[in-house]
Amino acid sequence: MEPLDRDLEEGLLELPSEPMMLNMGPSHPAMHGTVRIVLELSGEMIQKADVQIGYLHRGFEKMCERGTWSQIFPYVDRCNYVSPMLNNVGFALAVEKMLGVTVPERCQYYRVALGELARICDHMICSGAMCMELGAFTPFLYFARAREIIWDIFEEETGARVTHSFGRVGGMANPPTKYFKDMVRAGVPRVLQLISEGEKLLLKNRIFLDRLEGVGVMSKEDALALGWTGVVLRASGVPYDVRRAHPYMVYDRMEFDVPVGTTGDNYDRFMCRQEEIRQTARIIEQALDQMPDEGPINIDDPRIVLPPKQDVYTTIEATIQHFKIVMEGIKVPAGECYSYTEAGNGELGFYLVSDGSGTPYRVRIRPPCFATTQGLEQLITGLMIPDVVPTFGSLNMIGGECDH
Amino acid sequence: MSKRVLEILKSKFGDDIYETHSQFGDDTAVVNPQRWREIARFLRDDPQCAMNMFVDLTAVDYLGRQTPRFEVVLHVHSLERSHRIRLKARIGDDDANGVEIDSVVSVWKGANWFERECFDMFGVNFKGHPDLRRILMYPEFVGYPLRKDYPADKTQPLVELRNVPDKLPPFSTDEGMPFGRQTHDYPRGEETN
Repeated sequence: MEPLDRDLEEGLLELPSEPMMLNMGPSHPAMHGTVRIVLELSGEMIQKADVQIGYLHRGFEKMCERGTWSQIFPYVDRCNYVSPMLNNVGFALAVEKMLGVTVPERCQYYRVALGELARICDHMICSGAMCMELGAFTPFLYFARAREIIWDIFEEETGARVTHSFGRVGGMANPPTKYFKDMVRAGVPRVLQLISEGEKLLLKNRIFLDRLEGVGVMSKEDALALGWTGVVLRASGVPYDVRRAHPYMVYDRMEFDVPVGTTGDNYDRFMCRQEEIRQTARIIEQALDQMPDEGPINIDDPRIVLPPKQDVYTTIEATIQHFKIVMEGIKVPAGECYSYTEAGNGELGFYLVSDGSGTPYRVRIRPPCFATTQGLEQLITGLMIPDVVPTFGSLNMIGGECDH
Repeated sequence: MSKRVLEILKSKFGDDIYETHSQFGDDTAVVNPQRWREIARFLRDDPQCAMNMFVDLTAVDYLGRQTPRFEVVLHVHSLERSHRIRLKARIGDDDANGVEIDSVVSVWKGANWFERECFDMFGVNFKGHPDLRRILMYPEFVGYPLRKDYPADKTQPLVELRNVPDKLPPFSTDEGMPFGRQTHDYPRGEETN
């Protein structure tokens, strides 16, 4: 019988010397089902990567040119299905900028509070999903439980758990419910506690840290040139937060810190995100304290805001108003504007062109993760295949937004 | 604040800045497409402009409203000086001839995917782009969906299976079956005994 451990001359072995092509995704658990990466490998090292997106393209911008301005709200919801409230508010602010109106103070606080709740959700799910892709399933369950608390608040406020379509031009769909403040005050500490518990499972885990620290480093200059914004940019050491640099709504009255990383690796991105959740909780607290309990939520302009349903059914003026807004749409002055807000994963911009009619001429969304994802190629070149998973996870790519 | 950027641009490039406005507070300059990249580079390198952050690049189709038909729109931001500017260039005639402009990837690398998207959606040809191919649509897609003369309900031809040598079907015959198939397939005879 032949011995199994035959001595082989190294030189006689025919090892493949050509680079190997490997297809990762779109049906790969770590690619969120929407990204395909074609890798050129030398051994396990990635020599070249081609990131391909577009698997979730739904023609958002084309659809927007076919309806009225208010009909876009459901679409922006579905662009970022992790923090739809921030997108709602971002779009509402863009149209309001063109109309030249500012919503009442109470509404601004309400938008801030709801938006920040959505931001907690967004960061938490990104971190949780990243852990899950690395094999740590339990923290995700902690985070999912925390998200449940926030979603319950949203359900109570808006009637929907995920895609609320709650924003309106010139206000919100409904005023805050009677128990809004109490619900949030009771919910947020519980959320923070669950996050801390989930974090404890991760931050002393050698495997988790080894796969994050020093992996996927992005320099400050490159991050800027690539158009990175949000947490990923701050993790690279640039303290740019739209809420701080160009405050909109009432963010200039809020006291919060902007967490900044030092090396710009996966660990920094993870930690910045976790810290930002805590800062966000601070903002929510302040917003609730400062938010008036009484007062209008919508602006007082019958050309923009729908009249109350009660009036629509009983008076002819309100019926006409309602009809004109629904059928013709809000008349936005002709021109162009770019409005930007800090969304869950960076600067969410809307470039709107109006021709003065009730239908937008062009709606351009500047999705933050589109710019982020294009940096992935640079990040993973030179790394190993297992490093792709945490690197991609830490970028917080949202397919709906990235692919428009 | 950023009004000054427009002044600097006007004094530096003179007649190549066709028009400027600051509608809704956004400073905008319409520039000569021939000098697109040059102006972009100036905006990045000039210490008074210092536009080091790439924000957005897109296009708008003004078919039947304006000639040249397309407007390429670039937004950039300066982190240190905290100002923004919108740069626009008008290109292409009504039959979509001459829809081309210099690429600014060499100025900001972030423009890469944004220019690819713009090419994909509007058919704008960016000269000097390192890798200009479709990004959101598939390679066989016919037409440019965001142009105003592309009907929103247009259907696309079916795509043939791409002819790649040695291509295998996604699953071989025994893949994709329930994992328990073999273990559950025990002989019937023993069971009845």
